[in-house]
Amino acid sequence: MDKAKMKAGFQKYTMIIVLVLVTLFFTWGTQGKILYPQNINNLISQNAYVFVLATGMLLCILTGGNIDLSVGSVVCFVGALCGIFMENMKLPDGAAVILALVIGALIGAWQAFWIAYVRIPPFIVTLAGMLMFRGLSNVVLAGKTLPIKSEIFVKLFGGGANCYVPDFLGGKEGLNRVALALGIIVSVVYIVMTMHSYLNRKKNGYETGSVAGMYCKMAVIALVVLAVSFKLAQYKGIPTSLVWVLLVVLVYGYITSKTTVGRHFYAVGGNEKATKLSGINTNRVYFIAYTNMGFLAGLAGLLTIARMTSAQPTYGQNYEMDAIGSCFIGGASAYGGTGTVPGVIVGAVLMGIINQGMSIMGTDQNMQKVVKGAVLLAAVIFDVVSKRKSFIAK
Amino acid sequence: MARILLEMKNITKTFPGVKALDNVNLQVEEGEIHALVGENGAGKSTLMNVLSGVYPHGTYTGDIIYNGEICSFHDIKDSEAKGIVIIHQELALIPYMTIGENIFLGNERGKKFAINWDQTYGMAEKYTKQVGLSESPRTLIKDIGVGKQQLVEIAKALAKKARLLILDEPTSSLNESDSRALLDLMLKLKKEGMTCIIISHKLNEVSYVADKITVIRDGSTIETLRKGVDDLSEDRIIKGMVGREIADRFPKRNGVKIGEINMEIKNWTVYHPLYSERKVVDNVSMNVRKGEVVGISGLMGAGRTELAMSVFGKSYGTNISGSLLLNGKEVNLKSARDAIEHKLAYVTEDRKGDGLILSNAIKTNTTLANLKGVSSRGVINPDKEYAVAVEYKEKLRTKCPSVEQNVGNLSGGNQQKVLLAKWMFADPDVLILDEPTRGIDVGAKYEIYCIINDLVSAGKSVIMISSELPEVLGMSDRIYVMNEGRIAGELNAAEASQEKVMACILNSSKGE
Repeated sequence: MDKAKMKAGFQKYTMIIVLVLVTLFFTWGTQGKILYPQNINNLISQNAYVFVLATGMLLCILTGGNIDLSVGSVVCFVGALCGIFMENMKLPDGAAVILALVIGALIGAWQAFWIAYVRIPPFIVTLAGMLMFRGLSNVVLAGKTLPIKSEIFVKLFGGGANCYVPDFLGGKEGLNRVALALGIIVSVVYIVMTMHSYLNRKKNGYETGSVAGMYCKMAVIALVVLAVSFKLAQYKGIPTSLVWVLLVVLVYGYITSKTTVGRHFYAVGGNEKATKLSGINTNRVYFIAYTNMGFLAGLAGLLTIARMTSAQPTYGQNYEMDAIGSCFIGGASAYGGTGTVPGVIVGAVLMGIINQGMSIMGTDQNMQKVVKGAVLLAAVIFDVVSKRKSFIAK
Repeated sequence: MARILLEMKNITKTFPGVKALDNVNLQVEEGEIHALVGENGAGKSTLMNVLSGVYPHGTYTGDIIYNGEICSFHDIKDSEAKGIVIIHQELALIPYMTIGENIFLGNERGKKFAINWDQTYGMAEKYTKQVGLSESPRTLIKDIGVGKQQLVEIAKALAKKARLLILDEPTSSLNESDSRALLDLMLKLKKEGMTCIIISHKLNEVSYVADKITVIRDGSTIETLRKGVDDLSEDRIIKGMVGREIADRFPKRNGVKIGEINMEIKNWTVYHPLYSERKVVDNVSMNVRKGEVVGISGLMGAGRTELAMSVFGKSYGTNISGSLLLNGKEVNLKSARDAIEHKLAYVTEDRKGDGLILSNAIKTNTTLANLKGVSSRGVINPDKEYAVAVEYKEKLRTKCPSVEQNVGNLSGGNQQKVLLAKWMFADPDVLILDEPTRGIDVGAKYEIYCIINDLVSAGKSVIMISSELPEVLGMSDRIYVMNEGRIAGELNAAEASQEKVMACILNSSKGE
């Protein structure tokens, strides 16, 4: 029995264990450079778009392993439009941002309509979207690069040179107090919430699970949060893109785990017919998933042009693959119905660390792709095989 | 005494943590039909998997002596080479291939790189004739009914030169007349020298067809009953299966007051969703009262499920006409959501396909049809959800280690209880139960019947659709007989009998 429990626990936390091992490997391989504050900071700002897109992609994948191939092109198109609104049409930044996000959601809704109500396979619809919006990006930008000059916009969405949350607590050079404070607050809130829910369960006589395991998990998470915030404080503080990522992760983590709408996604992916007969509008679930994907692709588009301080018709290429890869590495099932936002974040961080580690080690660009592909395949093989007894399918 | 064709001696098979078979002995004589009966999980299928090499030699202990020699099969190919062919419960035919292609799948006629189609279809025809199938072997599988598909399976086994045919629940998805045809085919094959082992839950069929009945309980052989020597009545077999006498297969309802009409449908007509000129339900009128169990009997394809699903928020069919009255008020239910909100529940016959999310926990399945009941403003209260799941688990006595367990890991009977729990938690006034005891064992059936009784005692109405006549007769206050989409008769519990129900069906078919 204990052995079975160990195995179940091992399976549950495999990707975290892998993440630790990979981090250790690159710490060794880069002589510790990967843990420099600046690199931790880069890891977050460079991958902000992956976190955002992967979260949206998770909802699509949950509905039954359906992916959205168009996100890279939508990122580019919405980014391009936002640039045009601000730079060519001289709209106020706020208006341009809202308009861009609305357009992102509308693009999502356009594709979602065909997928949800007309039941065209998502692969086809989004493949078409991928071509169409890549083409349109070229058209609206006339094939040229559009520099983004609005400083406020870049600071708000960026991960560039000086896009950090201002240190209003007045820390000294080299130790950002806001970052530290945030880290401490997040840890404390997390611990209080966990304890509260534990005590509540105990009071009502519900199953609580292993207490030692809970304390362990709590300690590890609090420590990681504190460590990351300390590293960020040592550099320049909290990148503004991290704020967006946290916002998205928290909101969507909450929706998927705690709300009825979130439950509907899992139900549709688990068994669509049963879900429909349970009185849930399954068409609407698909519609929400893909509309939301468009919206988040729009947000990722803003993050992308802010980081690059320009809009180009080539941006966002292969972004969909990063997002899909993160989901599958993070434990989402290719058949739908399983997967969590925290899992996807672990997957995205793993991809990010591998990218960054190899870049610091100076690995050849092409080999980097090979390694990423191998990791994706290995993750999914592991996921599939660990769920059955034998390696070769019967 | 005929020659012993197969002897399984002291077979013991353990899975991690469970002893599935414990010193099982089985003797099958040449040319007999030998039935294996037992509750779900008793070990029947495991035993047959040992025999056919699904569990290879070495993973179990004991000997298989077939045709006088000790055999060690490493996979199904080995056992099939010796003429042991197993036909599984789930049909293994490919819908978009022809009958002939399916019969010789994996056993193709002709040379290695060139299939000889003339030979394939020529030989296929021989076998289809032998099993009494009139269709051309070039017909696609998807175009023939389930009963005929089962015959194709047998033809496929014959093509493999089967000497010992094992049928695992061959009639579980067939209607009465198809079942009878299949059983008669078994008797015919027996005359031609075939030896058969049949696993079945339907005891009337077993006593009709079998020469010997071996009862398995908890992984051990309990007894073997012989035709002509022992009593082969259903009650006698059940006693062996459960280890005690079941005094009454259907629990009594005492003093449940039948109140006023809860739900009524008038002139309900439904057309097929794809072939829109075909009437599936034709001008059906019926009602159910508070505290009443109404049975709907009829052959498969009589339109019972279609009727139920079309009533349940138009979940089936097109061009639905007629009126539906709940508590005397006419309502128009446009979706399953509407139906649930009007306190209607439809518990599907296909619990795995349409009922449960097998990859989800018991608790998530329990609350799926009534998430509002465990959430406020769209946010689920996990503690409340857990409490609800535990409450229903205890109420229905679902056997599971925890409500966090995945439904897919439960046995059929327990899955059915989870499905019932889900719909009971939706708090309906009228429950339509479609084949509520299909494929579950005697003990679990009894418990389901008790749950039905509790429901009507609480003033709910239950409509029970069932293909098992004894069940309909034993449980219902009133019975509607359906045939070819129409109501062929209405019988009171007191006057109903198997013969009367069948007579209703026959009369209505004649009236064409």
